[in-house]
This record gives sequence, C-alpha cells and structure tokens, in this order.
Amino acid sequence: MMQLVVLSGFVLAAAAPFLFRWLGDRTAAIMALFPAALVLWLLAQWPTVVAGEPLWLEMAWVPGLGISLDFLIDGLSLLFALLIAGIGAFVLLYAGEYLRGHPDLPRFLVIITAFMMSMLGLVLADNLVALFVFWELTSITSYLLIGFNHTDLPARKAALQGLLVTVAGGLALMAGLVMLAIAGESWSLAELATRGDSLREHPLYTPMLLCVLLGAFTKSAQFPFHFWLPNAMAAPTPVSAYLHSATMVKAGIYLLARLQPGLGGTELWIVILSLVGALTMFTGAFQAIRHINVKKLLAYSTVMALGTLTMLLGIGTEGAMVAFVTFLLAHSLYKGALFMVAGILDHETGTKDVTAMGGLRRVMPLTATVALIAAFSLAGLPPLLGFIGKELMFESVLDASHLTALILLLAFMAAFLTIAVAAIVALRPFFGEPHQTLRVAHEPPLAMLAGPAVLAALSLLLGLVPGSLDGLVGVTVARLGAGEASVHLALWHGINVPLLLSLAGLVLGWLVYRRWDRVRARLAYLDPLMARGPEAGYDALMAALVRLAEWQTRVLQNGYLRNYLAVTLLVLVALVGHAFFFRHAARFDVSIDVYLHEAVAVGLMIAGAVAACLMKSRLAAVAAVGVMGFSIALTFVLFSAPDLAITQLLVETLTVILLVLVLFRLPRFANLSAPGERLRDLIVASAFGLMVTLLMLAVLAGERLPRISDYMVDNSQPQGHGHNIVNVILVDFRALDTLGEIFVLALAAVGVYAMLRFHAAEGSRPATKRPRASDDGE
Amino acid sequence: MVRSGTLILNVAARFLLPLQLLFSVFLLLRGHDEPGGGFIAGLVAAGAFALYLFAFGLRALRAMIRVSPRDLVGFGLLFALLSTLPAWWQGEPFFTSQWWTVPIIDYKASTPLIFDIGVYLVVLGSVLTAITALTETDREHDA
Repeated sequence: MMQLVVLSGFVLAAAAPFLFRWLGDRTAAIMALFPAALVLWLLAQWPTVVAGEPLWLEMAWVPGLGISLDFLIDGLSLLFALLIAGIGAFVLLYAGEYLRGHPDLPRFLVIITAFMMSMLGLVLADNLVALFVFWELTSITSYLLIGFNHTDLPARKAALQGLLVTVAGGLALMAGLVMLAIAGESWSLAELATRGDSLREHPLYTPMLLCVLLGAFTKSAQFPFHFWLPNAMAAPTPVSAYLHSATMVKAGIYLLARLQPGLGGTELWIVILSLVGALTMFTGAFQAIRHINVKKLLAYSTVMALGTLTMLLGIGTEGAMVAFVTFLLAHSLYKGALFMVAGILDHETGTKDVTAMGGLRRVMPLTATVALIAAFSLAGLPPLLGFIGKELMFESVLDASHLTALILLLAFMAAFLTIAVAAIVALRPFFGEPHQTLRVAHEPPLAMLAGPAVLAALSLLLGLVPGSLDGLVGVTVARLGAGEASVHLALWHGINVPLLLSLAGLVLGWLVYRRWDRVRARLAYLDPLMARGPEAGYDALMAALVRLAEWQTRVLQNGYLRNYLAVTLLVLVALVGHAFFFRHAARFDVSIDVYLHEAVAVGLMIAGAVAACLMKSRLAAVAAVGVMGFSIALTFVLFSAPDLAITQLLVETLTVILLVLVLFRLPRFANLSAPGERLRDLIVASAFGLMVTLLMLAVLAGERLPRISDYMVDNSQPQGHGHNIVNVILVDFRALDTLGEIFVLALAAVGVYAMLRFHAAEGSRPATKRPRASDDGE
Repeated sequence: MVRSGTLILNVAARFLLPLQLLFSVFLLLRGHDEPGGGFIAGLVAAGAFALYLFAFGLRALRAMIRVSPRDLVGFGLLFALLSTLPAWWQGEPFFTSQWWTVPIIDYKASTPLIFDIGVYLVVLGSVLTAITALTETDREHDA
C-alpha cells in the first residue's frame, strides 16, 4: 500500500543518522534509491491514469469523524508525485556532495526525507484533514530546513518568518477546509469536486473561499505574502531547489487546482486569482532584476512563476488549464535545474554574486551547457518546454474574460523581465572576461551535475516531443473540470499574437540585459519605497504582537496564583452560566434522597473547606484541605467508584509529599490578602460553587438525554475485553482523550522542571523579572 | 533540605520499595478488569520512589533509577503513540485495539495494555520530574 510506503519513508528519515554512521558519505546516494524506486512505481501507473482511471488506495484512519488516509492518484497528483519523487532523488544525490563533510549532514537528510514524504502525502491525500496534516508538516520541515544553519541569525529569522507566514495562512486554511466540509458535506476532495454547484451557492461560499485563498496564497508566496520566499534562500541550495521552487511552494497552487472544480468559476474567484496572480507575476519579475545574488534572482523569478500559475487558475478556461499544467511542469524542471546550477556556482567559486563571476564556460563547459538549456526554457525560447508554456499562457491571457488588458500588460512586462533574468543567470557567469573568484572553479562532481543535467535534458526533450505529454495533460485538465479536453501540445502554432508578443519580449528583455547595470542603478532610487513593502507590514505586525504579549503577560500572567484561579473560575462561570440560563431553559431536580452516611461525608467536606480558610497555621490549613480530600474519596467509595477513590487518596498522599519538599522554602504564613480581597475571593468561590451545584441539579433533571454510561457498561466486556469500565474507557473507548491528557501531563512536568531550573539559575532573586524576548523571537 | 532519614525510615524504605513497585505493576496489569490501571499504578510507583528519596536522598535515588525522569515521560508518550499503530497494520482504523494471546502462559496481551504502560510511565516520570526538580532547587538554595 502506498500509504505504508509514505509512512515508512518517515521511518527511513528517522533512521538516517544511524545509516550515516554505518554508510558514511554514501548515505545520501543510497537513500536517493528510495524516491527513485517510487518514481519507477509511479511511472508504472502512468498508462492506467492516463486512460482516465484514477487509482484509489483506501485506508481508514478515524472513520468515526470521516477522516481517512485514502490516497487518490489521478493526473494532477501523478504529475506532482513524479516531480516530488524525481527531483527529490536528485536533490538527495546532490546534497550528499554539496554538504559533504558538513557535521550536520545526517540531520539534513532526516529533515529533507521527512519533507519529501509530507509533500507526497499532501499531493496524494484525498481527505481534507489528511491533506491539512501533511500541509502543516511541510511548513514545519521547511522551517527546519531554512534555519539549517542555526548559528546564523538571518537564517533563523528567515526560517521563523517563513513559518509564521505559512502557518498563519494554514490556520485560515483550516477554517476554510472545515467550512468546505460543512458546505459540501464531505471531507473527500474527489466528492467535493462533484458538488461544485451546491458549493458555489452555499451562504458560506465567500468566507470559505477567502480562508482557503489565504492559506494557498501564503504557502505559494503570492503578493502581498511573497516576501518570505526570497528570504528563505538562507537555506542550503538543495533546499531552495527542492522546497522553494519545485515542490512546497506549489502546494498552494496544487490545492487551488484541486478545488477549482468545486469553488472555481465564480466572478469572485476569477477576479481575485487573476489579479493577485498577475500582480505577483509582475512583482516577482520586477524585483528579480534588482538583485545581484543569483539565488535571490531565481527566488523572485519563482515568485513570478507562482503568480503565473495562480493567474492561469483564475482565468480557468480550458486553454488556461492546459497552459497551467504545461507551465507547472516546465517551471519545476528548469527552476530545479537552475537552482542546482546556482549551488554549483556557489560551491565552486565561493560567491553567489553574479557580477563577481565571468568566463566560467572555459573551466566548466558542462555546467554552462546545462545552465544555458535551463535558462532558455526559463526565458521561453524554442524549442524548449518553457516556450510552449509561455505561448499557451499568452494565448489564455488573451482569452481571459475579466481584466484582460491589465493582466495582459502585467504578463507582458513579466515576460520580458524574465528573459532578462534568464540572460543574467545563464550568460553573466559563464561568458565575458574571467573574474578572480575565491576558489579556483572547475567542473563539479558527477553527483551534483546529474540532477540539473537530467532536468535540463527533460526540458529540451519534452519541448521537442510535446506530444508525449498529451495524455497526462489531457487527463489532468479533464479532472480539473475544464471539459473533455483532447489536448495536442505543439511547438509551432504558426505566426499569431502570442508569438509576436514573445518576439517583442525577447527584444526588450535583451535590451534590459545589455543595460542591466544601469537599470539596477536607476532602480536603486526606489529602495526607500521598497523598504516600505509588505515585509515592513510583517515586521510591524510582529512588533505589535510582542507588545500585545507583553501587555497581556503583565495583566493576566502576573504570577499570582490566586489571580489565575479567579480569572479561570469567572470565565467558566460566565460561559457555562450563559449557556445554561440563556441558551437552554434549565430545569432543576431538587428532590434528592440523602442517607445519613452520605450527609456525614458531605458535612466533613464542608467542615474541611471552611476550616482551611480560617486556619492560622499552614500545616493546619493543609490538614484541613486533606480532610476535605479524604471525604471526597469516601464519597467515591460510597458511590462504588473504587478507581476514583484510590486515585483521590494517592493524589492526597502526593500532595503531602510535595508539601514536605517545599515547606521550608515558602514564606511565612501570614494573612496576605486584605479584607476587601478576601471578600472578592469569597464571591468568586461562591459563584463558582453555586454554578456547579445548579449544573449538577440540572443534570439530574435531564433524564430525557440518553445516558452514555449504559453504552459503556454494556460494551465494556464484549468489545473492550475488560471488567473495569473506568479503565476500558480510559485506555480503549476514550483512549484519544487520554492520549491528549498524558501529553498535557508531560508538558506540565516539563513546565515545572523548566520553571524550577530557571529559578535556580537565577539564584535567589525572585522569578518575576524575565529576560525580554530576543529579536528573532527565540 | 531533605536529608537522609532515620534508621527506621531507611530500613522501611529499603524493604518497602520493591514491594510497592511490585504492587504498582500488579495494579497496572490487573487494571483492565479490577480497580487499578496505569494512572493509579504510576502514582503508587512515584510514591515508592518518593519514600526512597526521603530516606536516602536525591543522589541515591538517581543512582538507583539510572534513567532521567524526563526520559521516562518521553518513553511513556512513545509507548502510548506506538500502541495506536498496530491497527493500521491490520487495515483497521487508527487506535483500534488489538488483542493477542501469549501462548504458553495464556496471558491476554493487547494494545490497550501497551497504552496503559505508556500512561504509567508518563505519570511516574512527571511526578518524579517534579519531585527531583524541587529537591534539586532546594539543595542549591541551601548551598
């Protein structure tokens, strides 16, 4: 089963450090065999999928909540899975060389393999919940990979920024997916795709669309959230090649494409997606030519490509969907290759500055060839796949139903600026006069060249024989709800408007490249304006968040236990009381039979509580509380709940133990609170007690509700194989709750430990003064 | 502040510790059918170690249990999580309980039992973490 393959991939990730100890430098290459095998398996599924029969792999997860681990392999997920596994194999191979001798290479292998599996899960999962889990896993692994050089402050900062932006979007996405499931009455993407009409007319349509878009836009670095992606270039280059160009940043695009049949086609969808996409496209291309760092150049051109894809989804015609799939594939191939070339340049010359390189084609001819082919595809020159993608893109922009002139203008400007970017990346370092660089450059090892070479070769091959993609593209477009498309990709479409646009773009792009240094100097005047871009907004938001946190810490988390208690109890009283009296007309049952021994136990409890409040010595007060605890245990015994009674007794014992440990450290037991405060505490306590009492009485009156305990009693032995119902509930029927509780317990233990250690480290100073959070938020 | 206890406490702790631990395992194993279970058993075991701590001090306790209490918490969570997985292997939903019979001694083993062991370890580890951390700060405070 594919699911177990993905899950065992995580096991492989965890095993990487041990493999490394055993296999040494070959580990990465050997681990690359795993995704390589996946590629072969996926290729074997190609004929079935292209024949229009998506592969269903069922697997139950939490059927009671409609959550499954079903995998669906259709055209779109096959394409994505092939890219993820294929580029993943090369990236592993490449990283083994790129990071050779790096002390943290095993850690890198762990995270990148975990990422690969999360990403595979994301594109294969059919269930919204499973998709969301994998979605968040990719955000977390991306965070760890951007911050891989964790001693480097900018890297940590960029990692945190990427995480916060994508996870904030993820939160919105979760809300959107829940609304989607409510409106569509299903958690299955395949189901939802068939319910487009009812989804589009649902009252929740607008909020759910906006939430989903927020999630997708942050993940896929759309304007105005694009700023995290260029900063993410602090990651090692294999990561940039893999996560931040070929795979993860396309997750948002993938989700939009998946939801296109369900949510797409409305005015709102078309306008938002085409506008945001076109703006992103232009911003990316424009920002790219301002930079001299080769990775930043490529990162901004990735932003441009992501914008193009979003725009095409927005246009949503059949032609646009064909362009979408073609452009997606073309971009992953050439951008993966170019990033790996950029890594080679960095590795061989010791600099990322394109203006500091030149004439390298003489010492590294193979790399230069690969770079040229990939850059031709980026520029959209025939006969490469990128050319077909760009022509199709222009064609669909011309056919767009909304905002045609605006997006055409933005698309054209983005296209010629991209040509300039392609020329800068591929010509500047390899041609012209040789420059003195930090290291003496020569061809990289084969393992590093293999990936970009294969990807570039594919760009060329698929450009020459685009017909081989007809089946896959056709089936994908059909699944995206754009009709029964019989697709024929071709290199030559005759002389038409797109071709003329391309030619004009080529001339303009070449001009920009020739005068790049001057253009850049001119654009430097805009720097103050750029500094006020969306990233400044992000920084302001973060600063405001820190101030808010400081304020609420001073007000709510002030370190006084009694205030915490008062706030918690009052909130409970308010919430429960509201639900109780205003939302449901509460009925009370006050006719209760009380036996004498029960009354005695209750009397003891009350006496203990009152005594505890009045005692003048600490030990006496604790003893009084103990009396109360033992009376509660007694009550449990009287109502035949031995487990609860035992637990209560043990907790009382433990309290004594803890008290003995802290007894001599506590301040003198003085009457610390003023009469006014005592009155306030009395009111809070009485209100809470009253509310709980009323709640109990109402529960006793509520006989109309079916009793859950009957089910537990009846099924504990036959289904849970146990006679102790409490235990069966804890470890079987409600085990998920227990799992949550023990996690809370573990967290509490860590908290106690941290607090005490922290206090000890501070010496005898009081723990009220805390160090301010440092700038990178750690 | 906690120092080694009196002779009576020392002797009692030495003899009570194994008995209490045995009792806690007994409570753990019988928990599914009779009063007991991982939570209660964990508390009993923690009480046993606390007694030992009072009698012989922190260093002796550390030397005896060898693993860090925080590791116990981690292992406990891991056990609890692992107990959810065999169901997948059987093609059943996540967390479905699985029952096996150990051949010769005819004992019922199950994933709920593994889960309960996880609970036991988490409870034991958490309480011990708190107790040892308190003792530790206490000692540093005195120094």
